Amino acid sequence: MKDILRKARLRLLKLHFDSGVGHIGGNLSSLDVLLTLHHRVMRRDDRFILSKGHAAGALYVTLWSLGRLTEEQLATFHEDHTKLAGHPVPQGVSDVPFGVGSLGHGLGLAAGLALGKKLRGQSGRVFCLLSDGEWNEGSTWESLMFLAHRNLREVVPIVDLNGLQGLGETAEVLDLGSLASKLREFGVEAREVNGHDPDAIERAFEAPPVDRPFAVLARTIKGHGVSFMENRMEWHYLPMTAEQYRIAVEEANRP
Amino acid sequence: MRAILTRTLVAQARESDFVFLTGDVGFMAFEPLRDAARERFINAGIAEQNMISVAAGLACAGLRPWVYSIAPFLYARAFEQIRNDVCMHDLPVFLVGNGGGYAYGVMGPTHHAIEDYGSLLGLPNLTVYVPAFAADVSEAATRVLKAARPAYLRLGLDETPRDFSPPPYAPWRRLLSGRLATVVVVGPLAGGILAAAQALPESQRPTLWVLSELPIRSAEIPAAFVADFQQSGHLVVVEEHVAHGSAGASLAHALVGAQMAPRRFTHRFALGYPTGHYGSQLYHRRECGLDPSSILKLATTTP
Repeated sequence: MKDILRKARLRLLKLHFDSGVGHIGGNLSSLDVLLTLHHRVMRRDDRFILSKGHAAGALYVTLWSLGRLTEEQLATFHEDHTKLAGHPVPQGVSDVPFGVGSLGHGLGLAAGLALGKKLRGQSGRVFCLLSDGEWNEGSTWESLMFLAHRNLREVVPIVDLNGLQGLGETAEVLDLGSLASKLREFGVEAREVNGHDPDAIERAFEAPPVDRPFAVLARTIKGHGVSFMENRMEWHYLPMTAEQYRIAVEEANRP
Repeated sequence: MRAILTRTLVAQARESDFVFLTGDVGFMAFEPLRDAARERFINAGIAEQNMISVAAGLACAGLRPWVYSIAPFLYARAFEQIRNDVCMHDLPVFLVGNGGGYAYGVMGPTHHAIEDYGSLLGLPNLTVYVPAFAADVSEAATRVLKAARPAYLRLGLDETPRDFSPPPYAPWRRLLSGRLATVVVVGPLAGGILAAAQALPESQRPTLWVLSELPIRSAEIPAAFVADFQQSGHLVVVEEHVAHGSAGASLAHALVGAQMAPRRFTHRFALGYPTGHYGSQLYHRRECGLDPSSILKLATTTP
């Protein structure tokens, strides 16, 4: 798994460097969760919905690590005439059922997909990755109430708690307080985990409760694995210079 | 109209891809559907944004959801969910908005839908259905199902004139022939105008058409309609919707583009709340010159 994580981090850095785009911080914070989920947790009949669409790069690299996206496809990221835009597009690639980018949509989509599978007698869970800033959106809370009320245990929300959003720390912008206690209050079990520890992430998905849905709160570091990016807001936006990329690769290669 | 829709959907309720969502509205209307559809009748609560995203997720799982609310609570409240989750993905989610135009009358402007289809028609893949008569609702719903693409069904109050049997539902229908202007009406508003026109001799009344599907596609404009307004020389478009994004604007656009502009063109549309006062649907129609006598007066005067 360590090797998968290392290779994926290098590929993600290259993806963003080659295309000269930002959003690398929130991609690095999500990457370990996405990889662990896809490599060690999800089964064939499970589905995944990305709600924090700006982590598109991390999702594409995850699909690439599974052999579901080719190197040639990845090379089109952010280019003209691509299916791999900065946020996932509708009818883009087969493993990404919804184009997303505006926040507060994914959890409702996941709830509908899970409910639809259930009504059709199909098995499988629907995992949904949200950002922490996304809990500013009222629609996210609507969806949370909906899945708790219907005890839709097939939906598993995962929150990338990197603590930073558009113009500052989540606590400064619109303080969420304790998301774990709020989720519990809404009737959803909250499991907090180090979002950069694959074994801990995997364990968080084991033994789901029988009487309520559960969510995984992944404590992560924005810009994880690159010292000069870690917990720095500007890496929500900035592209890397050649020198920054060289240092980032060197650090990501360290065992 | 809503009662007919309920009957139509009850007949569908046992289909494997049927599911119905309501935003906690429809008291004394949907009870038979709730009983027939059981776990596929979903009251999503007063949370329309989530309801639309859920519907898109259901459609992604192979179902064909109907989503009901008072019209503006759907198209205005959840516009981005309709845009991103439904229309961009071309999913078979069927929105049913009750209270087209000023139908909610003195309940007030928050409940009116006078910019509904104009807002929605900017979105990809969506078709708007506006039944004019209660008898249209079942066939319109069948067409929605058959198309299996994003749809907005605008319901209003039935105004079918007594003793009138509407011609079978179609996007364009001629309701009445006359010797004066050619009037095309969108939606139930046609009923009252028809009743008033029917009482006049043919030489003193307009030809009346009703339009029930949008967007207008040039190729689908009936030749008989074109012949009518070319002969009369005056085309009048009447609708309970603001001018921006209206059927009148898009019809004018289509006709001018096809070099078929009528000699005279008049558009009667919703003006909002010009006096800042509120009342019944008929009160608002009168303020906008949309009531039958205003329309007939317009259609019988020559420039």
